[in-house]
Amino acid sequence: MTKALTQQQALQEYLLRLADSNLIISQRLCELCGKAPAVEEEMALMNVALDLVGQARNWYEYAADLDEAKRDADTLAFRRDAHDYRNLLLTEQPNGDYAETMARQFYFDVWHYFTLLSLIDAPDERIAGIAAKALKEVTYHLRRSSAWVKRLGDGTEESHQRMEVAVESLWRFTGELITPDQVELDLAAKGLAPNPEQLAADWKGMVKEVLTEATLSLQDDDAWMHLGSKKGIHTEHLGLILAEMQFLQRAYPDAKTW
Amino acid sequence: MQKPGKTPKPTATPLENPMIASDRVPANVSGEPLNEDQIWQLLQEVKDPEVPAVSVVELGVVRKLSWQDQQLVVDVTPTYSGCPATDLIEELIAEALMQGGIRNPKIKRVLTPAWTTDWITPEGREKLRKFGIAPPQGSASKMSLLGHDEQITCPHCGSKHTEQVSEFGSTACKALYRCTDCLEPFDYFKCI
Repeated sequence: MTKALTQQQALQEYLLRLADSNLIISQRLCELCGKAPAVEEEMALMNVALDLVGQARNWYEYAADLDEAKRDADTLAFRRDAHDYRNLLLTEQPNGDYAETMARQFYFDVWHYFTLLSLIDAPDERIAGIAAKALKEVTYHLRRSSAWVKRLGDGTEESHQRMEVAVESLWRFTGELITPDQVELDLAAKGLAPNPEQLAADWKGMVKEVLTEATLSLQDDDAWMHLGSKKGIHTEHLGLILAEMQFLQRAYPDAKTW
Repeated sequence: MQKPGKTPKPTATPLENPMIASDRVPANVSGEPLNEDQIWQLLQEVKDPEVPAVSVVELGVVRKLSWQDQQLVVDVTPTYSGCPATDLIEELIAEALMQGGIRNPKIKRVLTPAWTTDWITPEGREKLRKFGIAPPQGSASKMSLLGHDEQITCPHCGSKHTEQVSEFGSTACKALYRCTDCLEPFDYFKCI
């Protein structure tokens, strides 16, 4: 049994979840820099990644202000280990083919959109402000990723087949998007995190709508799901992402000397 | 490699419209403190480094001027969370103000209310269009989640026959369009 968190610790924990998810999916998208299937897609992916890293910075800065060890935003992003990371397992999954990249983005964007939609009404001005800014950007992300799910799903025989594989293989990581733990339940009661039932209903509703329009199979709501990121239990991919992402800061602390 | 015996022609000519705001702002040598109108005028010389056609005032990122004791405080709202120009814009503003004789200005980053394209001034929109960027059309508050922007007008020929190439253009704030009449590609400043 772990010690109950103070409200400040719980809030910081939740802010780190938001920040880490944004940063890790952003890092994944950046792996496609120079390798995307078309130049327009590359620009779009990098711009989405840029929005997300900016949002991550805003959340990290708030988390840093609440940090008892007085770590700053960069230290939180670049000096923690995999077991301290709280990003959703979905965000660390590999890019795969373009269907997988866009399916991962779509599941994430739907969650992100409804989460922010709820946080803009949070009784904490700083959270509401960051969320309101981010929501405008994420609305675009969701428009784009849902359009790709539809275009590939309702496309050629091959694109349909690939998107079908993508939405199915990533499904097992979507459970934790809408399964709250005690930290989130406590914060939700104070309006500092989304209402879990509402978030689950909204997420499932929009995913069903888009998959249907994309002529893709609806996934099983009762399927077995990987949960774990909220306790720091990750898939094997996160360590490799961090090894690359944190190399510079660890080898040349804060890159202050060139 | 340069061929021996040939001297390259000097290519560096002074820019008519220097990028660095402090190069455009005359040094305030009179020692007279600037009034608020003059400060706004001075900030008009600070251009967006990514869209140098418009100033930070026309773009609507400078929200407010105020004084705390003797210190000028400038409220600045970034356009996008991840806008890489945010830090630079803040530095350019501070630099221009100091050039104008304002000591130690404070640049305050304000996230709320979030920046919206509705704040781009009519002059700013016209300058964007002349620069070849279609200004945001319609009002940000009416943007629908999965709907589409209204028909975008080509900034080159004025035709309404345009199509979207990508939701994102050269920067996060723009989308890529193409005119089906004059066939020119162009950036559209997205409505957010």
